[in-house]
Amino acid sequence: MPRETLLNVLLMTALLAFPLWAHLADEPFLITLTTRAVIFAIAGIGLNVALGFGGLVSLGHAAFFGLGGYVMGILAYHAQTYTPLMEVPFLIEGTKSMPVIWLVAIVLSALAALAIGALSLRTSGVYFIMITLAFAQMFYFFTLSWPTYGGEDGLSIYVRNSFPGLNTMDPIQFYGLCYGLLMLVLAFVWALSRAPFGLMLGAARQNEARVAAVGQMPYALYLTAFTISGAITGLAGALFADLNRFVSPTMFSWHTSGEIMIFVILGGVGRVFGPVAGAVLFLLLEHILGGLSPYWHIYLGAVLLGVVLFARGGLYGLLAGREVAHD
Amino acid sequence: MTLLSLSNVTAFYGPSQALFDVNLTVAEGEVVALMGRNGMGKSTTVKVICRMLQHRDGNVAFAGRDLRALPSHKVARAGVGLVPEGRRCFAQLSVEENLIASARRGEWDLARVSALFPRLGERRDQLAASLSGGEQQMLAIGRALMTNPRLLILDEATEGLAPVVRQEIWAAISRLKSETGLSILVIDKSLKELATVADRAVVLEKGRDVWSGDFANLTEDVRSRYLGV
Repeated sequence: MPRETLLNVLLMTALLAFPLWAHLADEPFLITLTTRAVIFAIAGIGLNVALGFGGLVSLGHAAFFGLGGYVMGILAYHAQTYTPLMEVPFLIEGTKSMPVIWLVAIVLSALAALAIGALSLRTSGVYFIMITLAFAQMFYFFTLSWPTYGGEDGLSIYVRNSFPGLNTMDPIQFYGLCYGLLMLVLAFVWALSRAPFGLMLGAARQNEARVAAVGQMPYALYLTAFTISGAITGLAGALFADLNRFVSPTMFSWHTSGEIMIFVILGGVGRVFGPVAGAVLFLLLEHILGGLSPYWHIYLGAVLLGVVLFARGGLYGLLAGREVAHD
Repeated sequence: MTLLSLSNVTAFYGPSQALFDVNLTVAEGEVVALMGRNGMGKSTTVKVICRMLQHRDGNVAFAGRDLRALPSHKVARAGVGLVPEGRRCFAQLSVEENLIASARRGEWDLARVSALFPRLGERRDQLAASLSGGEQQMLAIGRALMTNPRLLILDEATEGLAPVVRQEIWAAISRLKSETGLSILVIDKSLKELATVADRAVVLEKGRDVWSGDFANLTEDVRSRYLGV
């Protein structure tokens, strides 16, 4: 078995075994911590589609993460206050159904990514980074000054949304739901990376002219990747909001974009399972270093510096070799 | 029927004119050799056909369609398959991935490309970057064929390869001509091998087409004056 596959199996087994142990040991905090890791992993996988496969350095993925979060917040808020979301031109009511919320979060995030990508992808390099950042900041300042949904204070949801057949307030059941979604997203992105689209996206990152010479339009490839990337990150945002039963403009802030990027870089840019390892490592560092000092970000910065300088393939590159496998 | 036609094409790199009223045609099923010494405009002509360089004047038409308005990827979709100079495979993809990623619906598929170049079939899981120069060239040709082109452009396909590998590539080009009837525009300096496949030749000198006609009529005078042989 190739080392990368072995790492994948170990990682996913650990992510299954650890919360089960925490459940048996009656440690709900550890289950919640792992749930955060899994949700961050989904957000990282989303960014990895754009950044890792397409080479699109987006510093604006908080826009989609926050959008997913606010979709959950707004729909649940209207359901819990029994007020319609919209009456004209047609009636739209709130909902507490997770599948519906996920679907809306995915669709709206994808549409936002399509619009933002269509404009941002006309630029490249540092301009692309700045324009994506600017879009996310637009969402941030908009929600900050949107009193209907809490403005600066954010929006609290009293009871976690529902999923048929599950008690989502039970940490282990909600974790199981998030883990299942992580597996689905991983399977989708794995298949995508090996489909002609994913292969061409990687090829476009290497040389756009060569890709055009075989009949593919690099811009269309990038835009599709950016849209898929935004949709996945939006789903993570909806889950994160449900985990905390709270949404606030912070979800749109550039710190969030930076953190999602850190998951990808720590784990391994361009590796399907890289962001999963990155998110787990990030939360481990946050948990361990955060216990040692309130200034734990300084140590995180040092770790990140070490990864960028000495392990450019991230944790996966360090443990499984730098060359991306095609097994 | 004429498949590709360039008439009175001029092209520039910034202020420098590279092509002066170039005329060139390739008919269905025809193999045309585009010849000339280094820097005479052969690769520039290819860039103009594939819309990697905008021509300033003249017409470039493919299957009766004006290519001026088309971006590069649409020229490829229209049926122009390019094997670029220097091979340029997708280095980080495997042989099979290089071929699958480029595939368009048509007669050419993995099995057929592997039959043309058995070495590619043997190395299907190997990264393109790890192939020998000759194998990369075969992959570049295979990749272009996977787009199911009507016209294949081979830009210096055998340059810098070992004689044995060159023979293999020329044999494949011969098979393409005899078995598929594919139109081919081939740029190469090997007159001996070109003579075995080319129906016609166009010779470029300082960006101008100075001779064109049946390859068999390529005179000693033309060879010594424009090709340096």
